[in-house]
Amino acid sequence: MKTVGKAIAHDSADLHVTGSAIYIDDMREPEGTVHVAPGYAKEGARGKIISCDLSAVRAVAGVIAVFTAKDIPHKNDCSPNAGDDPILADGTIEFHGQVIFAVVAETRDAARRATRLAKIEIAAEPPIVSVRDSKTNMLPPYAFKKGDIKKSVAHKIVSELTIGGQEHFYLEGQVSFAFPQEHGGMMVYSSTQHPAEIQHCVAAMLGVPDAKVTCECRRMGGAFGGKESQAAQWAALAALAAHKTGRPAKCRLDRDDDMMMTGKRHDFYVEYEAGYDATARITTVDVNFAARCGYSADLSNAICDRAMFHADNAYYYPAYHIATQRLKTNTVSNTAFRGFGGPQGILFAEAMMQSIAIQIGIDALDVRKRNLYSPRRDVTPYGQKVRDNVLPELIAQLEKSSSYKKRRKEIDAFNKSSRFLKKGLALIPVKFGISFTFTQMNQAGALVHVYADGSVHLNHGGTEMGQGLYVKVAQVVAETFSIALDQVAITATTTGKVPNTSPTAASSGTDLNGMAARNAALVIKDRMAEHAASLWKVKKSSIIFENGVVKAGRKSMSFAALAKATKEARISLSSTGFYATPGIHWDRATGTGNPFFYFACGAACSEVLIDTMTGEMKVTRVDILHDVGRSLNPAIDMGQIEGGFVQGMGWLTTEELVYSADGKLRTHAPSTYKIPCASDVPEDFRVALFKGDGNKFDTIYRSKAVGEPPLNLPVSVWCAVMDAVASVKPGVVPKLDAPATPEAILRAVQSL
Amino acid sequence: MGALTFMRRGALVQIEKFAPDTMLLDYLRLTEKSKGTKEGCNEGDCGACTVVLGTPHNGGVRYQAVNACILMLGQIHGKELITVDDLARDGILHPVQQAMVDAHASQCGFCTPGFVMSLFSLAHEKRNVDRADVVDQIAGNLCRCTGYRPIIDAGLATCNSVDDHWSRRQGETCKTLTSIEGDLFAGDDASFFAAPASAEKLAELCAQYPAATILSGGTDVGLWITKQMREQAQIIYTGRATDFSAIEDRGTYISIGAGATHTDALEVLKGLSPDLGELLRRFGSRHVRASGTIGGNIANGSPIGDMPPALIALGAILHLRHGSAMRSLKLEDFFIAYGKQDRKPGELVWRIDVPKPAPNQVFKCFKISKRFDDDISAVMGAFLFTVEDSKIVAARIAFGGMAATPKRALKTEAALIGKTLDEALSVVLDDYAPIADMRASAEYRVAIGNALLRKALLEAAGAHDVRVLQP
Repeated sequence: MKTVGKAIAHDSADLHVTGSAIYIDDMREPEGTVHVAPGYAKEGARGKIISCDLSAVRAVAGVIAVFTAKDIPHKNDCSPNAGDDPILADGTIEFHGQVIFAVVAETRDAARRATRLAKIEIAAEPPIVSVRDSKTNMLPPYAFKKGDIKKSVAHKIVSELTIGGQEHFYLEGQVSFAFPQEHGGMMVYSSTQHPAEIQHCVAAMLGVPDAKVTCECRRMGGAFGGKESQAAQWAALAALAAHKTGRPAKCRLDRDDDMMMTGKRHDFYVEYEAGYDATARITTVDVNFAARCGYSADLSNAICDRAMFHADNAYYYPAYHIATQRLKTNTVSNTAFRGFGGPQGILFAEAMMQSIAIQIGIDALDVRKRNLYSPRRDVTPYGQKVRDNVLPELIAQLEKSSSYKKRRKEIDAFNKSSRFLKKGLALIPVKFGISFTFTQMNQAGALVHVYADGSVHLNHGGTEMGQGLYVKVAQVVAETFSIALDQVAITATTTGKVPNTSPTAASSGTDLNGMAARNAALVIKDRMAEHAASLWKVKKSSIIFENGVVKAGRKSMSFAALAKATKEARISLSSTGFYATPGIHWDRATGTGNPFFYFACGAACSEVLIDTMTGEMKVTRVDILHDVGRSLNPAIDMGQIEGGFVQGMGWLTTEELVYSADGKLRTHAPSTYKIPCASDVPEDFRVALFKGDGNKFDTIYRSKAVGEPPLNLPVSVWCAVMDAVASVKPGVVPKLDAPATPEAILRAVQSL
Repeated sequence: MGALTFMRRGALVQIEKFAPDTMLLDYLRLTEKSKGTKEGCNEGDCGACTVVLGTPHNGGVRYQAVNACILMLGQIHGKELITVDDLARDGILHPVQQAMVDAHASQCGFCTPGFVMSLFSLAHEKRNVDRADVVDQIAGNLCRCTGYRPIIDAGLATCNSVDDHWSRRQGETCKTLTSIEGDLFAGDDASFFAAPASAEKLAELCAQYPAATILSGGTDVGLWITKQMREQAQIIYTGRATDFSAIEDRGTYISIGAGATHTDALEVLKGLSPDLGELLRRFGSRHVRASGTIGGNIANGSPIGDMPPALIALGAILHLRHGSAMRSLKLEDFFIAYGKQDRKPGELVWRIDVPKPAPNQVFKCFKISKRFDDDISAVMGAFLFTVEDSKIVAARIAFGGMAATPKRALKTEAALIGKTLDEALSVVLDDYAPIADMRASAEYRVAIGNALLRKALLEAAGAHDVRVLQP
């Protein structure tokens, strides 16, 4: 009964298509449920709150209460650790849209309506709106340094790059539903990647021990990092309202509020200077990443670190200075987003490769291959040795399967004869480090029960945001017991069953929770085997679990019968399981260590067509080859690769965050913020899984993490645009910003 | 006359009392407590709330996907309402649902009900569906997880062969729906939702209640309610007056009733010019085009609204009606200033006459936006050149996104006269001082204005290699 490795449908697929999957806003509301809506100052992005007149807000029919900072019983903070994100602004605001008050009403409509009537005056100071304007460190700068970067070099490239941020645009907006419990406790249903943090935040806000608060999440309607730290504020507001009114309280953000009030991917301004030799091999890299952290720390430190960890992408730098400035702006605090800084690092590396190729006038793929990690050139800028480098082989396969060389020639010929339309082609590798770089987070727990009828209850600390974690872990458990997948009941993630969990993030969900669940199942399986051995008077080692049957020699019984017998023998059929990733360590002070358990790699070849008169662009073909090790579920993995690609393509093409000079986000709805739609996906889209030997490191069934790595593959689209623009004037490096909107592309053409 | 009546799950539902500005999505989720239909954006741009409406059509039923979040409940009077909760019957998934499961086309699942309904409508609306049809159908459905490929596959796998509960009982449904006759006036003088069944009655009501909000598709008015939280106490809905939406070919011109939806106008106008057809295809999404009307798009006076510049360039004449009084004006004269149109309270945009280009005329139009489909233009340019003896003898040029209103480029038009198409390439667009906003900078708009003029001239001269083919 192999379940691992099969293309099994998402466990909720039938519920999704019938509309019967229950998201938090779909839960039946108990009688008396109240609704919470956040309010902010219409004008002002930074400054003291001089006056806050909420009388008209309170007067709206249906309004029960209006809360400000002073109503918070204990700790007014929803930050992941720095203590600098007030749940309700206290005295000053630091960005436009910062929540100052919360309205509690009988209906959501009344609550929303009421928020508009506040009269708030801010002693407005000029906000710092762009990363280029900020001179204030939100967090201390940090750098990796080795060798002499000032030494004379044969050739050099000096350039800069603006990298835009990205709105998560999870289809289900932020939502929490809190139910007051006895003795001051609170039950919180939250759409969150991090139930443990919701639990902690709500407990600290109420001033009760963590054990008094339970957070549960069955599923999210998308998250992508945007519900790692950003779900806490809304859970806290729902819990505050529930606590004060004694009634169940729900806080669901309107889309515009969601986009204004929650953090996004960090935008960066990158300046770099690199030396290379006559063979296009890099000799020195000096790069500075200036990142927009927004008004508070949030997860910016780890995100900027990860940008540095990926500034090499797949390339060896003999001497380097990889620096980061973590800048404060008066904009919403930026946060985790699939890739977590890595994509910005990788985009820099590939922009540099593309630029060198344009400068020399050779094929960029040759420059890339020339600089790949290879034996003796295999130590990263953070001191980790690259031990599982599948990229040379993977790139060779993709180069062949995508007919790269032939198409390169055809495109060059097309560009020579076409007046206004130009094509571009780029094949880029991706190497992505797997593990939380904050080592202590690399742990997970699970809870497995076997019932006397042989059915299995599975619970673990990972959350389901659509990525298929639940079904993958269920496959692991079914495989461990060798029972049918439908014998394993998947249950909602809750802090009541598995405590002290890490967020489901860093692509680690399956690696960590799959192992923890397997460990739990193995404990029970061992007890069952021991009991079978004593029943049959055979050695435990001779007991085999196979296709729902347990046997030893000619003796056999069903898994269910053994479960029943084990229970009757007064043996526990319940176990926790735990896992901590082995062999990883990171010393940030010295910038050395082995922060990643392994690397997940892939490559993509993209072709684009641009219009040099208008800057319009169309992606015409994409070929992807991606390494997921031994896939636990190829259908789920393909979905992650394709979906990640399109999401990353949006970041680099159509998705543009625009702020006005007074700090207001202008693109706070899908009418103005354009994520890819179906017609943006090339009809010719060829995606394949790399057929290798599986993960060289001992991961769950030798699979590899797949959540974030593919998001980086569309850097190939951006590089292909560079390639197309550069064809207008060979030898001159275009100034192309990301996202490559029509306007950015036209500006790049005009820069030549 | 007083009760809102629609068909739901095979039976007629009657609602006597409702707030006129109740949104259909709120009715579903809060009143009916059907939770399958999701709210993603509450502004008609993501499609998570897609439902399907059935309208009697040639003895059968025409099924169209619409956004429930910006549709008012009253708009479904006389229609069949189908939601995702209804599709699986007796525990068996609908073929569209099964195809989605088989293609692994859901991940987080939140957008999925919308896609299912969107594909369901396509399966009923069209035969011989190809990839372009599927992609166009779901342009207004956003998915952030899958990258769309499996959803497109599911659409292709299933949309050509639907034989289901709804297709089988079309005749019966049509009969039930046509039994809902006459005008609807739900409420009282102070607060009502009215859906007159004839254009005459519509004109009469609008004159009688000059303060009422005239609602056609709701793709703009819906947002006044969901985003600006502006209560609408008196609503007169135009969509039930079928004679208000008639489209007629009158030889040298096409006469479009103001209530014609973009979907219906597209079918006729694409014959007038392929560019106009493509412009309309890129207008909003299929959801928006099924609701939104040509007249509504003009009446709301958006400086960008894609149809007005194209219609102005074509020389369209606008007819307005107040009570029984009619008047006509050139479309460009309707737009006075930002947010200000030449329309009195109670006056209706009645009809638009669109001249067909003559044999010596070339019409071109282009739309530039960040995303090809379902995006508002940064700049939209439309050009009509009359060429005689290789020289431009007349030109009409209009742009959207370049000024506070859709506006003609009179100076540039004059500069073109007497020049060959080739000579005209030296003319610089000299009529606009555009602003910067979230869609484009002022400089880019100027550059694009000139690029589009150039493209139009090159294409008029026969060039075929000057634009990226749209999806």
